[in-house]
Amino acid sequence: MSELQVRKVVAAYDSTPVLHGVSFTVASGTLAAVLGPSGSGKSTLLRVIAGLHRPLEGAIVSDGRVLSGPRVDVAPQHRRIGLVPQDAALFPHLDVRANVAFGLPRQERGGARADEMLALVGLSELADRMPGELSGGQRHRVALARALAPQPDMVLLDEPFSALDASLRGEVRAQVRQVLRRTRTTALLVTHDQDEALSMADQVVVLADGRLEQDGSPADLYERPRSAWLARFVGGAVTLRGTWRAGTVECALGTVPAELGIGQTASDGTTVEIVVRPEHLVLGDVAEAASRPAPGGRVRAMVRHVQYFGHDAVVWLDLPGLEEPVQARVLAGTRVWPDTEVSVGLQRPALAFAVPDSARG
Amino acid sequence: MRGSPTIGGREGSAPSRRVGLAGLAAEPRIAPRPPWGRLILAGSAVAAAALAAIPLVYLVVRVAGAESGAVADALLRARTAELAINTVGLVLAVAAGCLVLGVGTAWLLARTDLQARRLWIVLAALPLAIPSYVAAFGWVSLTPLRGFWGAFVVLTLCNAPMVTLPTLAALRQADLAQEDVARTLGRSRSRAFLEATWPQVRPAALAGVLLTALYVLSDFGAVALMRFEAFTWAIHAAYTSSFDPTLAAVMAVVLAVMGVALVAAERTMRGRQARFGSMVAARPASAPVRLGRWRMPALAALLAVAGVSLGVPLGSLLRYLGRGSGEGIAVAPLDVAADALTTVGLALAGALVALLLALPIGILAARWPSRLAAGAESASYVGLALPGIVVGLSLVYFSLQAVPALYQSVWILAFAYGVLFLPKAVGAVRASIERVEPGLEDVARTLGEGVAGTWARVTARIAWPGIGAGVLLVALTAMKELPATLLLRPTSTDTLATSLWRLTDISAYAAAAPYALVLTVVAAVPALLLTRDAVTGSTRAEGLQ
Repeated sequence: MSELQVRKVVAAYDSTPVLHGVSFTVASGTLAAVLGPSGSGKSTLLRVIAGLHRPLEGAIVSDGRVLSGPRVDVAPQHRRIGLVPQDAALFPHLDVRANVAFGLPRQERGGARADEMLALVGLSELADRMPGELSGGQRHRVALARALAPQPDMVLLDEPFSALDASLRGEVRAQVRQVLRRTRTTALLVTHDQDEALSMADQVVVLADGRLEQDGSPADLYERPRSAWLARFVGGAVTLRGTWRAGTVECALGTVPAELGIGQTASDGTTVEIVVRPEHLVLGDVAEAASRPAPGGRVRAMVRHVQYFGHDAVVWLDLPGLEEPVQARVLAGTRVWPDTEVSVGLQRPALAFAVPDSARG
Repeated sequence: MRGSPTIGGREGSAPSRRVGLAGLAAEPRIAPRPPWGRLILAGSAVAAAALAAIPLVYLVVRVAGAESGAVADALLRARTAELAINTVGLVLAVAAGCLVLGVGTAWLLARTDLQARRLWIVLAALPLAIPSYVAAFGWVSLTPLRGFWGAFVVLTLCNAPMVTLPTLAALRQADLAQEDVARTLGRSRSRAFLEATWPQVRPAALAGVLLTALYVLSDFGAVALMRFEAFTWAIHAAYTSSFDPTLAAVMAVVLAVMGVALVAAERTMRGRQARFGSMVAARPASAPVRLGRWRMPALAALLAVAGVSLGVPLGSLLRYLGRGSGEGIAVAPLDVAADALTTVGLALAGALVALLLALPIGILAARWPSRLAAGAESASYVGLALPGIVVGLSLVYFSLQAVPALYQSVWILAFAYGVLFLPKAVGAVRASIERVEPGLEDVARTLGEGVAGTWARVTARIAWPGIGAGVLLVALTAMKELPATLLLRPTSTDTLATSLWRLTDISAYAAAAPYALVLTVVAAVPALLLTRDAVTGSTRAEGLQ
């Protein structure tokens, strides 16, 4: 399996620009996720890599072999890049075995390779079924087996789980992840689902508006987002305005410790935007808080509403001076009731971002 | 796959602010491959559209090239006005008749608590299985009905299903809750139907009426057998008796103009209907209207319509088939078989021509919709707009002038069939290709198949059954074609339709009956397909001619 390089790819549909110079590298044998809201250009990126859409500029390089580049445009059938589309797109006129064997050389289509691949995805007993007789999850596993059968250098997965219902999705994700690991296949997953990207991928590339926002490990992305927008896009986030004072921020949570985001600068007294993960807010008894001051300041808040999920709960808090409530995520067993007062503190330093001039108002 | 991107004006927006990987900073743009396959396809589509347009274009050129005095004379003489009034009058009368009969029947079948509904739907659709000249043969041989009223009765009964079936489908899809709301707002049952439901059904019903009008305009066999002087009959007469080319051509142009106008109106109406359909969500059926004391009259009316529209033609068939030949003209079964063989061969050749012309147009329209594709598709509608007699006449002149070797050959006849039934073939090709998801082709490409291989192993394999069925439908329809066949067939050749027409014209009804029977069987196949759709609830208004 092999490394994929995407270099400064610029692409457009008709004359509408879609990608504005996107670059990243996927290491051999790893799974990278391209995460972005709809319309961010992630599907176009995938089609460019597969050779189904021609970029205007930039290069696609697979293991040192230029697939798209100046004066080079390898046709999709010669790229050795497999594709698992959103709807699986099994050939309706072929049975499962013939679907899997589609990409094999003619003389091997009757051979054992197709059955091996079906065994790999655990569908050996369905080899003679027609695609119409399969469930959604089975279809995706067949599509994966079909893409892997010709031993491609990498596979592209285009939102492959979004058509499945939630109960099935987690199971199929795990199966697909396992097959990709076992075959040590380099893979690129396109998705708009943050949970999917964070839980499956070794590397997450966030795309917004045709530009690369961040490229890093899932933990990097969640813990050190490069912008407030990214923080909100990946996971829940409470964002507040405050005033920066040398490592602390004065805001509705009181004076809390804060760190500047990567590449951010702020001088004392300027307005910044801080991002707090809901699970980093600590709720406590009002009386207890008064006697034992905690790090990160303690303010009082009214509980507006509690959403109980079993394993944890989301508490909606009215903070003094804020119109909209903020969310805190607390473990099950924390005793909180609506319309009571709690104290709110912060477990970890908040992340601060400079507010762009235009948005300062 | 979308069009290759145009590059103009994008210089500034490609951001070079992020310093990229070394060595690639000043990359030249990637030169697009010329899409040869698509260019060849587009070229073929233009060529096919040009071929399909020959009858119309040649006719116009011919009339424009004639002496202006002769054209004016032909156009302005009283006889032309009389023929125009006859044709327009018949078209309007039949359209009105079909509207009333079709909507009434559809309402009874869709909205009331009538028993044996499926049986009544089949009976209401079956007249489609009887070619209008076979029905006319039945009426002429059994009743003294002739002239305007004869043509009116025959054409109304034959064409009513063209209104009944789409209206029935639209009524089933209509949002009946609106009618309920109208009732609660104080409307009577009939007012509520008119104000709430009829607007939802109207586009489908009117599209059916326009199609009916088009068929009446083109009809030759029924008006000729009824001796009603409509345009089609007069063109045939002018051609055969006096061989006055300018007169026949001028009349043909007038008829062609009416046909084009009707097709344009029908397309517009169909577009409107599509917009309506998407708006209405599926709802559970509300309670049917109770007929009560109207049950007997309703049943009697349905039975009477079915009785005259099916009973008269079938009755005459039974009567004359049972009696054998009494008029001295003997028809051997072998003659019928020989004509049937000729008919099948010609129809298959015509269907093949239609397929060859339809493939590039249909594929282009399905996969790369563009102004060019839309233009080619519009050109293919010439076959729908031009009556068979007009296509036949134009191709007679065309072959005489341009390629005399083709005059009265089977090739020019097959070409005429190809042009006349091209819209059906294009529709079948387009729908079948559209049903193949483009995603499947993408996957095949990533699995190592080239463009041609992808078509062979995926697209063509999936689309083939639909296209094949469409071609078969074209062949079945071509087997019934009469007016163009009369003008273009080689002198010694007869098809089932021309034999029936020749024998009925000289009142040899018993000799004509076997031909009528075989033709009815031929026409029954597409009609039964359409009926099956109507019973199961789907709709396909375009089907028969």
